[in-house]
Amino acid sequence: MDITLQVNGLPRTVDVDPRMSLLDLLRERLGLIGSKKGCDHGQCGACTVLVDGRRANSCLALAVAMDGSEITTVEGLANGDELHPLQAAFIEHDAFQCGYCTPGQLCSAAGMLGEPGPSAVTPDVLVDPDLTPEEIRERMSGNLCRCGAYVNIVSAIAEVAR
Amino acid sequence: MKPFEYARAGSPSDAVRRFRPGTMYLGGGTNLVDLMRLGVARPERLVDVSRLPLDAIEPVGDRLRIGAAVRNSDLAADPLIRRRYPMLARAVLAGASGQVRNMATVAGNLLQRTRCAYFQDVSRPCNKRRPGSGCPAIEGDHSNLAVLGASDACVATHPSDLAVALAALEAEVHVTGPGGDRIIPMPGLHRLPGDAPERDTVLEPGDLITAVELPAPPPGASAYRKVRERASFAFALVSIAAVLDVRDGVVSGCRIALGSLAHAPWRAERAEQALIGGPATGEAFLEAAEAELAQARPLPRNAFKVPLARNLIVNTLEELAP
Repeated sequence: MDITLQVNGLPRTVDVDPRMSLLDLLRERLGLIGSKKGCDHGQCGACTVLVDGRRANSCLALAVAMDGSEITTVEGLANGDELHPLQAAFIEHDAFQCGYCTPGQLCSAAGMLGEPGPSAVTPDVLVDPDLTPEEIRERMSGNLCRCGAYVNIVSAIAEVAR
Repeated sequence: MKPFEYARAGSPSDAVRRFRPGTMYLGGGTNLVDLMRLGVARPERLVDVSRLPLDAIEPVGDRLRIGAAVRNSDLAADPLIRRRYPMLARAVLAGASGQVRNMATVAGNLLQRTRCAYFQDVSRPCNKRRPGSGCPAIEGDHSNLAVLGASDACVATHPSDLAVALAALEAEVHVTGPGGDRIIPMPGLHRLPGDAPERDTVLEPGDLITAVELPAPPPGASAYRKVRERASFAFALVSIAAVLDVRDGVVSGCRIALGSLAHAPWRAERAEQALIGGPATGEAFLEAAEAELAQARPLPRNAFKVPLARNLIVNTLEELAP
């Protein structure tokens, strides 16, 4: 089936098998190997991309169902040679070791910063809370880091959230 | 993954018209796509209903209508939900991750399947997946499976947090299908396993959930609490949606729904009956919780869920009492 997506600002038309995930489309057909396949079950977050500006697990999205969507991957976060503030902060705060989860962490954080409203740890659901470290940890719980770089990931995101 | 056809529905009636045996409706896909990858779900045809114009949250008189395709994250962030049904926002926020909530729809949340490990493993028998093949969970790992309302055929639990809150709020599930439109009051959507555990709900083939309608919020204080093995992004061991209305020290209204204890959200009617008209004291809460849980039939490795549920009921009601 032919589908058309905007991927990092460029229109891409691809003939896909209905079984193909968005993640496999990005990696295998479009050569965008920044998004990673960790668990392929939506549990680790390494495949996180932005779909129409909102973070999503690309391993759980069927590519055919994304027809007409705008996709941003880690390759599309920077503005040319100018790093996205989250990318710069991750470097500044040494927010990774092996780096495998980093593209998903970055896309997830980029989406998270645009998500209003309370989280599971917000004391009053009527109040949009400040992004304290506790809030960031809860909101980023869909991204695992096997190296355990969480402390620096939280501090990098907190710097951009300020 | 088994090959399948894919089509995007243009309207709810178009979706129903496209339904034939072997068809499944696709919402956000966060559970269905995973089950297809595991070989547990093997549809011949997907009819994508995720982009149907069922994505509004709108007041209808003193009620609130939530479209079936509303994303879980939009539901939890909605100002009217947060103000009038904070317990519902809490329940949604307690589930899954930010990514999954952005993808998952309201109807898909209600129709997600059990996370019983045997159900998800096609190399093992499972009466829910392959009727008549047996239930290895009863002798095996049932540590997070049902203690209430289970049968010899199935001890699965329903994993939704949203469904538990909707059971306490007495929401209505609006359905269209080959047999016409109908309304199912919660907690009536989900069923107990009995001898047909392959059926999670009372929906008939081709039925499509179009909306969930909330009656005006019941008077009193409300809460949703979830006990789980890690602080975030985990299914419940036990959860509770509770509403407590106390006037002059006397319980005038009480609703309790329990999650992860049964094949369906469990409305604790015995506990509610025991409390209404009586004092709002810790002793009364404990007696009510014990009255409800006297029906529990735990297995060796999930017996811990009974005192856990009792303590959660008592602790939550104490917190809600003035």
